[in-house]
Amino acid sequence: MRWLFNLSFRHKIPLWSSFLIGFSIFVVGAALMARAYEDMKSAVVISAENLGHTLANTVAPTLLHDDTWRAFEIVRSPIRGESTHTPVEVDAVVVLGRDRRVFVSSDPETLPMLTEAANLGPDWQRLSDWLVPETNWPLVLEPDNSNYLYLVLPITDNDAQLGHLVLRYAKSVFHPWFIAASWQAAGIGLLVLAILIPINWYWASRMATPLVDLARRMGTMPETVPQPLPPDMYPYHDELGQLFHAYDRMVLALRDKAALENEMVKSERLAAIGQLTAGIAHEINNPLAGLITAIDTLKLRRDLDPRAMRHLDLIDRGLMQIRDTVAALLVQTKVQARPLNQHDLEDIRTLIQPQISKRHIRLDWSAKMPDELPAPASLVRQILINLLLNAVQAATDGGHVSLWLGRKDDSESCLSIVVCNDGALLDEERLAHLFEPFSTTRAGGHGLGLWMTYQIVTQLEGRISARNIDDRVEFVVNLPLGENSCSTASA
Amino acid sequence: MTQNTTDALPSSNRRRWLMAGGCLAAAGLIGLSRKAHAANSKLRVGMTPAFLHDQHSLLDEWRDFMAASLKRPVEFVQRDSYRETMDLLQLEKLDFAWICDYPYLHLKEVVRLLAVPLYQGRPYYQCHVIVRKDNTVARSIADLGGSVFAYADPYSNTGYLSPRYEIRQLGRDPAVFFRKTFFTWSHRKVVEAVASGLAQGGAVDSYIRDTLVHVEPALALRTRVIWRSPEYGFPPFVAHRSVSAEDFQLMQRHLLDTTKTEAGRRLLARLHLDGFTVGSPALYEGVARMMRAFGEA
Repeated sequence: MRWLFNLSFRHKIPLWSSFLIGFSIFVVGAALMARAYEDMKSAVVISAENLGHTLANTVAPTLLHDDTWRAFEIVRSPIRGESTHTPVEVDAVVVLGRDRRVFVSSDPETLPMLTEAANLGPDWQRLSDWLVPETNWPLVLEPDNSNYLYLVLPITDNDAQLGHLVLRYAKSVFHPWFIAASWQAAGIGLLVLAILIPINWYWASRMATPLVDLARRMGTMPETVPQPLPPDMYPYHDELGQLFHAYDRMVLALRDKAALENEMVKSERLAAIGQLTAGIAHEINNPLAGLITAIDTLKLRRDLDPRAMRHLDLIDRGLMQIRDTVAALLVQTKVQARPLNQHDLEDIRTLIQPQISKRHIRLDWSAKMPDELPAPASLVRQILINLLLNAVQAATDGGHVSLWLGRKDDSESCLSIVVCNDGALLDEERLAHLFEPFSTTRAGGHGLGLWMTYQIVTQLEGRISARNIDDRVEFVVNLPLGENSCSTASA
Repeated sequence: MTQNTTDALPSSNRRRWLMAGGCLAAAGLIGLSRKAHAANSKLRVGMTPAFLHDQHSLLDEWRDFMAASLKRPVEFVQRDSYRETMDLLQLEKLDFAWICDYPYLHLKEVVRLLAVPLYQGRPYYQCHVIVRKDNTVARSIADLGGSVFAYADPYSNTGYLSPRYEIRQLGRDPAVFFRKTFFTWSHRKVVEAVASGLAQGGAVDSYIRDTLVHVEPALALRTRVIWRSPEYGFPPFVAHRSVSAEDFQLMQRHLLDTTKTEAGRRLLARLHLDGFTVGSPALYEGVARMMRAFGEA
């Protein structure tokens, strides 16, 4: 039985409601039929009573005069032929004398004259027991296990009781009538079912489908954040509609939260890496400065043979490379900055032009800025160069790179830089570790460009993000202008 | 003006006047009718259950035929029992009647034998005692002792006198021989009572039962005859002794001549009769003997 309750709503709602519809129709139908049966019975009793009174009055003189034949003609008069069976048609009429013997009956073959009523069968035995003076007339008798209904009236003449008139009705005549009525009722019931059940199934599936979908989506939580429901799935504002709406809001909130968490994890990791690299860089820088000084001093000596000189140069170049690398790792933004101006942008465009030309890349350049912006020019230049070179590297030959620079949403406080390329899209793994040092897979790069950019942006209290949009890879940098902080929304 | 005068009369007075007027008018009407009867000589013929007297179209045809033949207006007076017709005869309300042989003997002082119908060519018929066809046990009247028995009419020979006489001949008392008896007031209904099972046996006029076999075989053939009485004189046409000799002759001639016309023969065919004969009271000697046995006549 439990499996019935475990069924999907998709089946359970229509099944249950179909069952309820069917059950209701059955119960109402049965009640109406029972009522119809009772009505029919009372119609029979009323008709019997009318007939009974007429017959009792008419037959009384024949009892008085012992006129059997007239009595027979009277009791036989309401009996009709075989063909006209209706429920209110009397089956047999019997006149019992004072001695409770059959004075006359409409059916002398089975209810012969002069037979004692009690000897006519179990029904008559019971009926005979009921014939006491204090009975409320008419007496309606429906013996158990009997196919007949009886109505008994006294036959009186001037208060003298002459006998009893018994009308017998065959219940077997009720049955075909009742069965016909039942069939009719069943037909109507089936018609109603035939109309209601498809409506019910449509309505139920309309309600269940979004619920099932919702359950499926919610079932994937918390491993993944589910997709919002299609907006036209259930466009109503009942509780179900409210539920779906709440679900959508929850999904959006969860997605924001997940994005935020991702961002935080990334930021924390990058911050940790930054701290680590800064620490290492400082540790390296101090002895390195001493080593470089020592090498410089040694190189000033004239007594060195050429072979030693070559080695010293080798060591010097090595140390220089270490210094450059460490300097790159240890991004230093605390420099005296002049504001960014148009020339800086032109310089950058000039600087990357050789790379663009070499690879036949189309460059969209859209820089909307006043003559000056209160942003540190050297750092912004660094950011732009890094991002643009990175984009050029990533773009396919003859591909497309675009730059958009301007105030974010026309705000006074935020400078936005958007760089796109049409190169290979970044996979999840790459996106997660994009701004970490040495994360690049590209040949020829040292893997510190985006790391430096990230360090600069974060130290300027801005934000940098990367994403795949359509068939492009997009880097967005938002930098605060002046003292104001920049909105951190990523898109 | 008249209105005012009437209104002025006290209401009790008015009623008395009206009643007196009504009585006078009624007396006048009665007198007139008696005179009219004498004048236009309408012939009143009593019809009894001696034949299938409830075949109304047959009666209509017969009356029209009789009126046309006699050139006199004819009225058929039907009664459901012999007694009523006998009463009408005694009260001189009828001129002629077709009655059973038994009432004829009862009314010998009042009526004269007019004509006797010929049944199967002879002026005789019988009493048949019948039972239901599915009663295979009863073979004679003796087997019906203690059963319910249907008589036709207390003034019927074949429907009452004859079977009782036979029971008496068996040495039994007809008053207690059967458990219960009743009258159906018609031979046809005796057949019906037996066929329906109301009575186990019944006494019926052989002429009527034979006619029924033709007219209503579905009913008649549900019964079978277990006893046939000796032959008795056929139920006669009688004339009241007050009927004039001319009318007596006229009616007798009409009856005897029925076979002579096409319409008459057609009528006789419907009646299942062959004609009429003058007959004689001696025909009814058998009935008289039975009556004497019961201390009547």
